[in-house]
Amino acid sequence: MKKINGAQIMWECILKEGVDQIFGYPGGANLPIFHHMTEYPIHHVLPRHEQGAAHMADGYARASGKVGVALATSGPGATNLVTGIATAMLDSSPVVFFTGQVSSPLLGYDAFQEVDVVGITMPITKHNYLVTDVRDLTRTIREAFYIARSGRPGPVLVDIPKDVQNAVIDWEYDDAPIQLPGYKSDPPIKAGDMEMALELINKAKKPVILAGHGVLLSGAMQELLQFSEITLTPIATTLLGIGSVPASHPMNLGLMGMHGEAWVNQAIQEADLLLAFGMRFDDRVTGNLKSFAPSAKKIHLEIDPSEINKNVKVDLALLGDIGDTLRQLIPQLERVDREEWNEHINDMRIESGKRDIKNIKSDKLHAAHVISDLSKLADPNSIVVTDVGQNQMWAAQYFMREKPYSLITSGGLGTMGFGLPASIGVKFARPNAEVWCISGDGGFQMTMPELQTLKQENIKVNIIILNNGYLGMVRQWQELFYTRNYSGTPLSSPDFVKIAEAHGLTGILVSKRSEIENAVRQARETEGSVVLEFKIEEEDLVYPMVPTGAALHEMIRRPEMIP
Amino acid sequence: MQHTLVALVENKPGVLTRVTSLFQRRSFNIDSLTVGRTENPGVSRITIVVDADKDNAGRLITYLNKLVNIVWVEDITDSPKVSRDLAMVKVSVNPANRAEVMQLVDVFRARIIDVGNDSLMIEITGSEEKIEGFIETLKPFGILEMVRAGVVAMGRGANPLGNSVGSGNGNGIIPGGNGKVL
Repeated sequence: MKKINGAQIMWECILKEGVDQIFGYPGGANLPIFHHMTEYPIHHVLPRHEQGAAHMADGYARASGKVGVALATSGPGATNLVTGIATAMLDSSPVVFFTGQVSSPLLGYDAFQEVDVVGITMPITKHNYLVTDVRDLTRTIREAFYIARSGRPGPVLVDIPKDVQNAVIDWEYDDAPIQLPGYKSDPPIKAGDMEMALELINKAKKPVILAGHGVLLSGAMQELLQFSEITLTPIATTLLGIGSVPASHPMNLGLMGMHGEAWVNQAIQEADLLLAFGMRFDDRVTGNLKSFAPSAKKIHLEIDPSEINKNVKVDLALLGDIGDTLRQLIPQLERVDREEWNEHINDMRIESGKRDIKNIKSDKLHAAHVISDLSKLADPNSIVVTDVGQNQMWAAQYFMREKPYSLITSGGLGTMGFGLPASIGVKFARPNAEVWCISGDGGFQMTMPELQTLKQENIKVNIIILNNGYLGMVRQWQELFYTRNYSGTPLSSPDFVKIAEAHGLTGILVSKRSEIENAVRQARETEGSVVLEFKIEEEDLVYPMVPTGAALHEMIRRPEMIP
Repeated sequence: MQHTLVALVENKPGVLTRVTSLFQRRSFNIDSLTVGRTENPGVSRITIVVDADKDNAGRLITYLNKLVNIVWVEDITDSPKVSRDLAMVKVSVNPANRAEVMQLVDVFRARIIDVGNDSLMIEITGSEEKIEGFIETLKPFGILEMVRAGVVAMGRGANPLGNSVGSGNGNGIIPGGNGKVL
């Protein structure tokens, strides 16, 4: 037993959870927490905006596999977290958010900087808490971390009023088993369903695996490959599934969906069996649901029962952790000859490759050139963090990812401004890894002040800005579907080289393809963070593209020649 | 069609908000919702009547199950059950028709709980159909005020709802989905 206050209890508890890194912004309602922080072996990073703290903790969680922690004050501090919390929610990222709150006697009286953050974040957290009694704090924090990381992971918020932070009690850590009678994180697998699955798998002639984020969250990369190699089933990945299979692996097809390669989407449409591993049939993946994989039986391996039959009706669902399910399935799989199917897909791949802009010689600077050159020049163990938009799709298409957890991106919510702060979190999670942040001129300007966080922390992230002078993805839709009426999308930018220099960092400007190699080498060799601005073609499009409402195979293909 | 869902929830602040906010977020309309205490002081019971097709009712169950404070949830629409609503109706009467209204109260096995000079307050419990029938019958007399408590429902037989509740983490049921061949 020791006499400590709520703020100290919070630190004691998060240390017990293995936390040594937090991202937080101080304010009136979390002063006691910050006051006591210095007593504990915690490294704190000060972002320049609470949204930055949220994305940093999220990036940290995704790159480390540990729970990320962000901290903000009440009121505006808490509301500034909201975009980051929703980002973590939509991508099942385990982050615990702590917010200071006005003292509990003032709750409900519109006190200075009071906001009902538990009410606001209810639909965008896996669970959240308001702690009004300091004696509940230990149990609450333990539950918060447990919920965040177990089952399908997700963000949990804990709101702590200032009087609870200040309240002193006789305390010792309570490690009694967590009691959550209503928390159903780990559904059991039924044996009968396994047999049915095996029958469908062994019978299939044209199967395709759809590998999603769940494979990475479950750590089932080895099992995925085994399954694929035994059954000769090619693997298409979702955006967040990139890295679940090495890009160069012969069974890897690549990205599927709206900007998936033609052979990938075509294979899905022709398949007679889809094996969905930890993915949720997002609309960006399926295209028009009515015409999605019309002749395929569908088996869904998924930990979250609410995803079953949500968007796509499946023939069989195997609930549970994907790794567990695959480990049960693998010993019973039959080797079936599927050479013909794989050759057919390969033929489609060769045809598409001829259209690929990265294989076409051009004097102009195309984003595809930048990313595919970078992919060859960067450290093979590097981690890529993207922003959202065209830059994100080009990174997904052209940055070949061989290792798991090496592409970090906001998929579900599509949060512009995610890239830079998330890359800072990633660097703290994997300090020895080379980190590349790939951003556009739009998204970068949303969270640009975090450059100074890089400087203050003296860490190295290489930041690519693909500058095309437009909010490129929206411009692309305007070009294709809105009579080329570029309403609201032209965008001016500051001199990014000078911006970098003003923050005490290095800036490099590239406007020709021949300069890419040197610039990348220079960035890698430079101590400290580097901003590389690439002046790319203004009206480049991300190809292929499945227009909204179209079937997955009705893609706008790459032109065979650059116009 | 109407589905009747029954949920056992932890008796904690904000649980009802979590449930109702879920309906709003997932675009479901609540026809009736009641919440009250149970034989277990730590557990409240929510009865929800919702207009949804079978697939959507199934989806709703899986979403409700994801709420950490929901211990058990079940769609009892097709199970043998008794469901009851309660209504209080204030109806306008005059010396000429008072006796007629009192007779109707008897026929419907309702009760008069307050008598005024120009009004009667009537309490009726029963199935929704019975209550609606009663209200229709009273309409011609002039309904001054009416309130309904909402539907509560309970399965028939000895087996209580959520038999294995409290047997530890992760032991809640996972309705729908698992092994479902369409």
